[in-house]
Amino acid sequence: MAEAAIELRNITKTFGSVVANKNVCITANKNEILSILGENGSGKTTLMNMISGIYFPDEGQIFINGEEVVIRSPKDAFKYKIGMIHQHFKLVDVFTAAENIILGLEDEDGYDLKKSVEKVREIGERYGFTIDPEKKIYEMSVSEKQTVEIIRVLYRGADILILDEPTAVLTPQETQKLFAVLRRMRDDGKTIIIITHKLHEVLSLSDRVSVLRKGEYIGTVKTAETDENKLTEMMVGKKVSLNIERDEPKDCVDRLNVQNINCINREGVTVLSNVSFTARSGEILGIAGIAGSGQRELLEAIAGLQKLSNGSIMYLDPKTGETENLRDKTPMEIRDMGVRLSFVPEDRLGMGLVGNMDIVDNMMLRSYRKGKTVFLERKAPKDLAEEIISRLEVVTPDANTPVRRLSGGNVQKVLVGREIAAAPTVLMAAYPVRGLDINSSYTIYNLLNEQKRKGVAVIFVGEDLDVLLELCDKIIVLSAGKISGVVDARTTTKEEVGLLMTKSQEVEENE
Amino acid sequence: MFATIINKAIVQGIPLLYGSTGEIITEKSGNLNLGIPGIMYMGGIAGVMGAYFYEKSVAVPSPVWCIIIPLIASLIGSALLALIYSFLTISLRANQNVTGLALTTFGVGFGDFFGGSLTKIFGEGGNLSVKVTADYYKTTLPFADDLGAFGKIFFSYGFLVYLAIIIALISAWVLKKTRVGLHLRAVGENPATADAAGINVTKYKYLATVIGGAIAGLGGFYFIMDYTGGSWTNGGFGDRGWLAIALVIFALWKPNLGIIGSVIFGGLYIAYAYISGLSRSASAIFNMLPYVVTILVLIITSIRSKKENQPPASLGLAYFREER
Repeated sequence: MAEAAIELRNITKTFGSVVANKNVCITANKNEILSILGENGSGKTTLMNMISGIYFPDEGQIFINGEEVVIRSPKDAFKYKIGMIHQHFKLVDVFTAAENIILGLEDEDGYDLKKSVEKVREIGERYGFTIDPEKKIYEMSVSEKQTVEIIRVLYRGADILILDEPTAVLTPQETQKLFAVLRRMRDDGKTIIIITHKLHEVLSLSDRVSVLRKGEYIGTVKTAETDENKLTEMMVGKKVSLNIERDEPKDCVDRLNVQNINCINREGVTVLSNVSFTARSGEILGIAGIAGSGQRELLEAIAGLQKLSNGSIMYLDPKTGETENLRDKTPMEIRDMGVRLSFVPEDRLGMGLVGNMDIVDNMMLRSYRKGKTVFLERKAPKDLAEEIISRLEVVTPDANTPVRRLSGGNVQKVLVGREIAAAPTVLMAAYPVRGLDINSSYTIYNLLNEQKRKGVAVIFVGEDLDVLLELCDKIIVLSAGKISGVVDARTTTKEEVGLLMTKSQEVEENE
Repeated sequence: MFATIINKAIVQGIPLLYGSTGEIITEKSGNLNLGIPGIMYMGGIAGVMGAYFYEKSVAVPSPVWCIIIPLIASLIGSALLALIYSFLTISLRANQNVTGLALTTFGVGFGDFFGGSLTKIFGEGGNLSVKVTADYYKTTLPFADDLGAFGKIFFSYGFLVYLAIIIALISAWVLKKTRVGLHLRAVGENPATADAAGINVTKYKYLATVIGGAIAGLGGFYFIMDYTGGSWTNGGFGDRGWLAIALVIFALWKPNLGIIGSVIFGGLYIAYAYISGLSRSASAIFNMLPYVVTILVLIITSIRSKKENQPPASLGLAYFREER
């Protein structure tokens, strides 16, 4: 029997009337990587926040090395050598890596930044990180920031490391590097708890898996004795087909012809250079790339929200049969022509929806101009809201609930549902399944497929390569604002796309 | 002539320096305290009241108590106002702008009420004046007059001037070089991060706001005790409180830059007096100069957009740990 490093017994936590965790019992051993698996809203993060002192459990006990402890604040958690790496990095942008790492520490030997910098370097070398302790956070890449987070908890001598969806923002290569580091830490005697909803990562990395579903503890299995299907079943309660349906594209005609567009952002950085592609009706065009490779700018350019320095975006209007250059149009004209953008940013609410307004009002953001009188007509948007709620299974008390109070996944359903409802000819969906659980993701995939069958040119920007490969017909890969490759989604491999995603960057670094 | 201008600029700048140092410390904790003008007013009137009651209560005021009692009264008065601000914005999470503006209105009203009526309440009439106390505060170093221009620029002030500069330098050092400073800056930049790192965000916010308020209050106190020589005039403090807040921006949230900035602002503030033939309206335009300079600084720093020169990232936002 392995030695338990941390044990949770009957932990319960509620927020108002919402039960986030109910009677959860989980044990993590020394020298072990434990995965906590669950859909969105299953209470994984809440549970871990209770171990790290951000929240306090309503009921239940926590044992560390066999002794019962009370963790009331992050400080208490440090005391018990628990370190958490949050999904959203908790770093101060204008501080250096070292300053962030020593933040909150009370050393007896006083404040000595130079010594801290040295110690950070040592830790980096020991576990195989590459890090510059004196670099400012705002100059760092996502993966570097994560490294700072991990070193921060190691610096404090943490024995139990909790990582909340650590791979969500990493490229496949970076993920492999992280996993290697985690394995090295495990062999060094640490306990690693990793929160995730990516099954293949669970299987490749962890020793055991604990599954949560809707806040309840379902069970723990050894990774070696399970497989994807069994885990999915535990996670969702019913078997979800892992295959996304994909029809052969029919009656394809060129709908959108993007020619040599260039875009320079406000900081003077070239974010798009010489991007050319064609989106055809009845086809799903995937756009792959590491976050921030120009996906956002590209879609915004098509929607008329981004100024281009040159190039053209030719749009073939199916109603009139005429070809028009979208660069000369205002965003509203482009929208009225049927080009629709639904962009789900990292914080999910940042673009497209107003958090404090209810679902009906958010529907009206797109349709208020249709009213004939000076007063708002609420009937049509209300019907639309009700339809989206029932068709997409949006979990909400009613259509008059502020969007802010819905969970992330439900917010996204509202956003995507509204754009689809406008019967577009070009539908651009950026990260529509970002952070969604499997069931909701499939609902979105089906919606996109339905649009494809209707002859819409769908452009899908995604981060999960598996999904891109299964959902799309054609994939263009963006890397640092350039198209580094166009592949057929039916025949390509994940490795090929992953390589294309990082290819030209490496070339630039070598130059 | 030159020495006189510098001397006048410094004298004008000191209230602003106290105010801006206090506000910088406050803002570094993420609290945008627009109550500073009111707090500075409060620091002035509380000090005057302390001095007035002490002078009334004894036949021959002793120099030591004349210094200590008004100083403590001033610190308590402004700290109390800052404490009200802290309680409203930190514990009750009220809107910082609204709370601050309300406190400014309150502080100015409080000052004008007691400043204008204290002597009447005690049946004496006449202006509120604490000349005996003020004379102690105005005491300069004895050898200042012997050193000519040099002495005039550097040694011809009461001790509150030096205290302002020392406090600014210490604040700069604490913010930049100590763990407390690092933690305070973290609270103002990203309270969630600071919280997760085990820093007591509420404690830091309270302490920074109250200490900052007390320091800012000394600006009003200096103005009454030293600059005007102990006689209170309603509205005499003018818009110096707002200038102090403008100086925070001008100094890029660095107390040591605030020292230089305060002299520049002070100089600009009195520039009209040294240009002959100005009409009243033209001199009013000159009074705008510090604000114009502040806007220029804002434009330049915004264009350069260097992260270090921006206000604390979470300035003006309330922090609540379990917000979802």
